[in-house]
Amino acid sequence: MEILLAIMTGILYAAGIYLILRRSLVKLIIGIVILGNGVNLLIFLMGGLVKGSPPLIPEDASALEGIFADPVPQALILTAIVISFGLQSFAIVLIKRAYKVLKTDDIDTMNKTDDIT
Amino acid sequence: MSEHLTIYPIIVHLLTAILLLLSWMNPKVQRYISIIGSIVGIIVGGLLFSQVWTEGIQSVQLGNWKAPFGITMVADTFAVTLIVLTNIVALAVSIISTRNMVSSRLKFGYYAIFHFLIMGLSGAFITGDLFSLYVWFEVIIISSFVLLTIGGRNIQIEGAVKYFTLNMLSSIIFLTGIAMVYGVTGSLNMAELSRIIPEIENQGLVHTISLIFFIGFGVKSGVFPLYFWLPASYHTPPAAVSALFAGLLTKVGIYAMIRVFTLIFPLGEINQMILMVVAGFTIFFGGIGALVQKDIQRIFSYLIICHIGFMVGGLSLFTEVAIVGAVMYMFHDIIVKATLFLIGGVMYRIFGSTRLYDMGGLMDNYPRLSFLFVIPMFALVGVPPLSGFWPKVSLFMASYTQGEMFLLIMFIFASLITLVIIAKIWNSTFSKKPVEREKRKAFKYFEKFSFAEKAAYIVPIIILVGVTLYYSFFAEHFQVISERIGKELMNTEHYYNAVFGIKEETKL
Repeated sequence: MEILLAIMTGILYAAGIYLILRRSLVKLIIGIVILGNGVNLLIFLMGGLVKGSPPLIPEDASALEGIFADPVPQALILTAIVISFGLQSFAIVLIKRAYKVLKTDDIDTMNKTDDIT
Repeated sequence: MSEHLTIYPIIVHLLTAILLLLSWMNPKVQRYISIIGSIVGIIVGGLLFSQVWTEGIQSVQLGNWKAPFGITMVADTFAVTLIVLTNIVALAVSIISTRNMVSSRLKFGYYAIFHFLIMGLSGAFITGDLFSLYVWFEVIIISSFVLLTIGGRNIQIEGAVKYFTLNMLSSIIFLTGIAMVYGVTGSLNMAELSRIIPEIENQGLVHTISLIFFIGFGVKSGVFPLYFWLPASYHTPPAAVSALFAGLLTKVGIYAMIRVFTLIFPLGEINQMILMVVAGFTIFFGGIGALVQKDIQRIFSYLIICHIGFMVGGLSLFTEVAIVGAVMYMFHDIIVKATLFLIGGVMYRIFGSTRLYDMGGLMDNYPRLSFLFVIPMFALVGVPPLSGFWPKVSLFMASYTQGEMFLLIMFIFASLITLVIIAKIWNSTFSKKPVEREKRKAFKYFEKFSFAEKAAYIVPIIILVGVTLYYSFFAEHFQVISERIGKELMNTEHYYNAVFGIKEETKL
C-alpha cells in the first residue's frame, strides 16, 4: 500500500509540475489543483499508514493502547483541502477574468508587466 | 488581560475586519474604523513589546492544550518588534488608502481584506507551530491576491496571474516540507522540533528537508532564481497596496527563513554556503535589474530584491553579530521600502506617470516635499547617520571577520549600486527640467488636490520618515533590541523554555 501511494504521489507531483509548465492558463490551474492533491496524499503517507485501528479510546480505558492510526495528518489534510479549495475557486475566477480582459489564455503573450518602457 | 496579550494583535485586526464587513455599504465610516483599528494595533503591539521586554518570551497555549499537543503562540522579541513595525506601516497605509483608493474599490471590501492581511502577518509572526505558520501564510496570500486584483486593470490582472501561480507553488512546496518533517519527527511544534531534529540519525534527509523549506520561503521572499514574480506584479496595484506588499510581504518570508534556520534546522556548512551564494546573486541581479528599469515603481521593486540579499546574507553567516545585522536591516527595510512606494504614489499624482522620463523639476516646484522624499532615499543608500548605515556596520564586520570576501564584496556592491540608482532617480525627478507634455484629461493632479487629499498623501510619509529618523538618531535602541533578538535566536533554549512553561533562572 505504501509503495502504491508513494508512486501515486510521484505521478501527481510530476503531472502537476508538467501542467504548470504548459502555456495555457487553464492547464496551469489544473496543474496547481493536481499538485495540491499530491501534497495531501504525501501528508497522509508520511503520517504512517495503519489499517483498521481508528484512534478511538474504548469506554473502559483512559488512553490509547497498541498501534493506532495517527489522527493529526488527517486534521492537517482536512485543513489543507479547505484552504486549497478556497484558493482554487479564487484562481478559477481569476483566470476567467484574465481571459476576459487580456483576450488570451496563452501565458507566453502575457509579458506586458515585464516591458521596460 | 496581560496573560493573553500575546494573541491580542491578531484579535484587534480580526475585530476591525469584522466591523468593516458590517459597514460594507458605507465606505466613509470604513476609513475611520480602519485608522482607529491600526492605531489600536500599534498600542497593543507596544504593550506586548513592553511585556516581552521586561518579562521575557511570552507564550499562550490555544484551547489550553499543553504544548506540544496544541498550537502554541509564542511572542519573542523578534516577533513583537515586527508586529509593532507592521502596525505602524498599516497605519500609514490605511491613511493613504482613504484617498488613494477610489470608493468603488472600498465598496468591494478593500479595507476588510487589508485588515485580514495584517491579521495574517501578526499570526505568522507569533505562531509557534509549523502547520499553523502555513495556515497564516495562506491567510496572507489570499488577502494579498484580493488586494492585488481589486479594481482589475489589465496589467493588474496579468501581474496577479504571475503572483498567484508562484505563491501558490511556494505554499505547496512549504506544505511538502511540513509533510516530510511530520513524517520524520512526528511533531510540528517548532520548539519541540528544535530538540528532535539534531537527534535524527539520517542527517542527510534533514538537510534535504531544510532545503525544501528554503525554496518555499525563497519564493515568498524573492531570492535569486525565484524572484521573477515580484517585479512583474508589485508595480501594478495602487501605491498604497504596493507599499504594504513591499514593506511586509517579502519580509514575512525572510522572517520564516530566519526562524526556521535558527530554531529548527540550524545552518550547517553546506546550507550556509548555499544561502551565501544565493544572497550574493540576489544582490547582484536585483541591483542590475534596477539599473536598467525606467519606471520608478519597477526600480523600487528590483531594489527590494537587491536588499533581500542583505538579510539572507546576514543569516548565512550564522553568527550572533551577523544575525543582529540581518534583523536590524530588516527593521530598517520594512519602513523605508514602504515609504518609497508611497513616495512613488505621490510622484505619480504629481507627474501623471511613473516613468522617469516624464518627471522633473520636483526640486523647484515642491522644495519641502523634495526634502521629505530625500530622507528615505538616502536612508536606503545608507548615508550615515541615516538608518541604512547602522545595520551595515554589523553585516560588514561579521562578513569581514569570518573571511567571507564574496559576501563582503556583494554587500559593498549593493551599497554602491543603490547609490547609483538613487542618483539616477535624483537626476531625473528632482533636478532635471520638467518635460513639457500634455496634461492627462480626467486625471487629478497633485496640484489640484484639496488640503485634505494632500494631507492623506503626505501624512503617512511623514509618519514613516519620522520612524526612519528615530531609527537613525536613536540607533542604539534598535541595536540593543537586535542584540537581544540575536541572543534569543542563537540560544534556542529560551524559546523552548517559554513554550513548555519552564521557569528560567537567568533572564536575558
